[in-house]
Amino acid sequence: MRKTKFSEANNSLSIGLKSKKIAIPYLIWILIFTILPIFLLMQYAFTNNQGNFTFANIERFFNPLYLGIMWHSIRMATMATVICFFLGYPIAYILSQKAYKDKTILLFLFVVPMWMNFLVRTYAWLFILGFNGVLNNILRFFGFEPIRLLFTDGAVLLGLVYTFLPFMIFPIYSSLQKIDERIIEAARDLGSNRLQLFFRIIFPLSLPGIASALTMVFMPAVATFLISNILGGGQYFLIGNLIEQQFLTVGNRHFGSALALIMFALIILCNVIFSYLSKEEKE
Amino acid sequence: MKLTKWLSLSYLILMISFLYAPIVILIIFSFNDQEFGTIWNGFTLRWYQAVFNDRQVADAVRNTLSIGIIAATTASIMGTLAAIGINNMRKGTKKVVLSLSSLPVATPDIVIGVSLMILYVAFFRLVGAGSFGFGTLLVSHIAFSIPYVILAVLPRFKNMNPFIYEAALDLGAVPFKAFFTAIVPQLMPGIVTGFLLAFTMSIDDFMVSFFTTGSGVSNLSLLIFSMTRRGVNPMVNALSTIMFLSVLILLFIINLRDSQKLKSRGE
Amino acid sequence: MEFIELKNIEKNFYVNKQERQILKGINLSIKENEFLTLLGPSGSGKTTTLRIIGGFETASKGQVFFNGLDIGKTPPHKRAINTVFQNYALFPHMNVYDNVAYGLKIKKFSKSAIKDRVEKTLSLVNLSGFDKRSVKSLSGGQQQRIAIARALINEPKVLLLDEPLGALDLKLRKEMQIELKNMQKNLGITFIYVTHDQEEALTMSDQIAVMNDGEILQKGTSENIYNEPKNAFIASFIGTSNIITGTMERDRKVTFLKTDFECVDPMPGSVVQIVVRPEDIEIEQTPRDRNSLKGEVIEVIFFGVNYEMKVKTGDFIWKIHSTKSYERGQFVYLFMATEALHVMEMERSL
Repeated sequence: MRKTKFSEANNSLSIGLKSKKIAIPYLIWILIFTILPIFLLMQYAFTNNQGNFTFANIERFFNPLYLGIMWHSIRMATMATVICFFLGYPIAYILSQKAYKDKTILLFLFVVPMWMNFLVRTYAWLFILGFNGVLNNILRFFGFEPIRLLFTDGAVLLGLVYTFLPFMIFPIYSSLQKIDERIIEAARDLGSNRLQLFFRIIFPLSLPGIASALTMVFMPAVATFLISNILGGGQYFLIGNLIEQQFLTVGNRHFGSALALIMFALIILCNVIFSYLSKEEKE
Repeated sequence: MKLTKWLSLSYLILMISFLYAPIVILIIFSFNDQEFGTIWNGFTLRWYQAVFNDRQVADAVRNTLSIGIIAATTASIMGTLAAIGINNMRKGTKKVVLSLSSLPVATPDIVIGVSLMILYVAFFRLVGAGSFGFGTLLVSHIAFSIPYVILAVLPRFKNMNPFIYEAALDLGAVPFKAFFTAIVPQLMPGIVTGFLLAFTMSIDDFMVSFFTTGSGVSNLSLLIFSMTRRGVNPMVNALSTIMFLSVLILLFIINLRDSQKLKSRGE
Repeated sequence: MEFIELKNIEKNFYVNKQERQILKGINLSIKENEFLTLLGPSGSGKTTTLRIIGGFETASKGQVFFNGLDIGKTPPHKRAINTVFQNYALFPHMNVYDNVAYGLKIKKFSKSAIKDRVEKTLSLVNLSGFDKRSVKSLSGGQQQRIAIARALINEPKVLLLDEPLGALDLKLRKEMQIELKNMQKNLGITFIYVTHDQEEALTMSDQIAVMNDGEILQKGTSENIYNEPKNAFIASFIGTSNIITGTMERDRKVTFLKTDFECVDPMPGSVVQIVVRPEDIEIEQTPRDRNSLKGEVIEVIFFGVNYEMKVKTGDFIWKIHSTKSYERGQFVYLFMATEALHVMEMERSL
């Protein structure tokens, strides 16, 4: 009661720092660089070249060709997310164990790749998987025929998993870290064995972390352009590539905007669902 | 018990190898004395020489660094002021502004890229002049960096005594002076983290730059992308190696700073 | 001319878009070198009053005079008033020395002058040699002293203290009360002190202004307020009291619990409240011819110096402090002297 009164009191002060007005330049900035672009996207998406209102751009998306691309993107992103989960959860779990006293270095090793340039990390796989790449040269050295590794679904999937694995590890790690040691001791005390302890206590408590980890992997994976462009070689079209093509190659900004808007809506929807799920878990 | 520990350690090592093997191979071959292949043909530094003598690379480095520094500085100032204002807002307004702020963080890069691109097109049409280039690139980088600064600065208010600023005024400081001597030093760790985040995001960005740059203006990501289009090129390996090392050093400095902070808090 | 004078101060805040009046016309005058306490429950407006004097709030209506000058629009950094804030508000990124020196550095004193004054002020608060310590490493009591030193170094004419001892434990609080009082006397500075702790107010203050719901209910010395509370709210807020409703048919005669009593007050109204301090009731074995009531002892608690007893008369339970003890279940007579009965107007909102 008293606290709210004080904060009100602070707000009423008109001098310098305590004012809300200091955020006005930023609010204008949001208006121009966050809200206006979304409206422009909508404007483009719902008009044709002559500037007349139309649903044609949205309708065009429902052509099996484009729906197929969308479906392919979602499928690839889902597969990458699932693989990242099964690879990443054990890493997060092991890292959260007390057994490793000085895990700063281990943690650091998993953090570093997150900060390395995406492009360069993807290029590294181009270098390894290429027809004259490192792997094929090893095959040749042992007298095998080189095989087509690059420009396949597998290569794109590998690239996705490789790029986004660290983003799976850390949200889960931090939720595992937060689990109160006493809860685990209590469960032990009540006679849980290791498996029961994990599936009944630890795993449910890490669900909020899992929810945000899944979001952090799925969302950039479904929207990727770079990985599919470099490792898929343009043959394995994902929705990101389609958007890029509409804007820069075909020059149809209207259809491109419709696609971008649909992707934006999809991502916001995912975000809302995931944040709702993780909130549910917390309560 | 010992077995599980051994198993989990080997799993970690396996995963670390998966994450680092491609990078290590890339680095090794940056020293390979062969133009097109990926067969070891002896040690050389000529790719590094080529990188350092390349006009395009030099331009890209200059663009990357200047955009990174200007964008991160601008974003830090605007983000800090915004965070202060947001902190003073009423609960409802705060929630709306915060969710609008985190929108660019959740939006895929490609959507940010194309939407900024059509924003600039609309602006150029409105003004009747202007073109894509360094300016659009810089503004775009500021735009996607600000939310990270806000998210880094805002938590600093949580443990701040609300009367600190008034205490400084009470002791005779004019509002401007009170702000810089009493508030800014306390926000500083958050501002520095925000700056470093913004800087790393900027030098790391490809997607937004890809859609908002103009002819002739390139940063490192764009340059590497155009180089990889022409296939494997040892110069890219050398350039990548340099970038890896720079990021590694940067991260090392950040971590060192964090652990020192922990230490000083511990006493 | 008064040293500090508040005239008809009103303050409105918007709480959830509704205007609320926090101060409803405060009139208050403070003399030089006086220790004045604003005492009241939380939400009574005492902190807002203090903040208006300090310049952190501007009054919606009314004026603030300092030495005869209207300072209502003077910003805090231009007032010869310093504040000891709630929870101290020390600068966490500075050490003890820099915290205390802050005001002098702002005023651009020379380095050697600052050093002298800081040392002097630190010894005043008994913290010599703590210069280089980080403020975060200090105990609550030490932080409190630093906050006082930081404010005192500017040699203010007035020191405002907002619940300065609120975060300290009981023993430390008692010590600091005495220390603060001595400091105020020795330095000859006007102290305006905000607290909700009536005991603290009674031990330290020259003058107490009791506040409730944005108004000053009574102002006077400690004895004055304790012995002659103006209404039942003040009586119940300060010390423990027995408050009972009764009737008054004529002057100096009051009736409660079906018994007539002699008192010193003239008739304020027909329905009245009577306040009796627990130490003003005497327990006796035999009745007196006047001002005496029969009751049953229902509870006896030993408090070290005296006993607290509860005695039931009809539906009413009296609280009585006495050095003598009686048995539970024993029937006794309660004697209240005429001066022990404080008759006041019926409070509407209690």
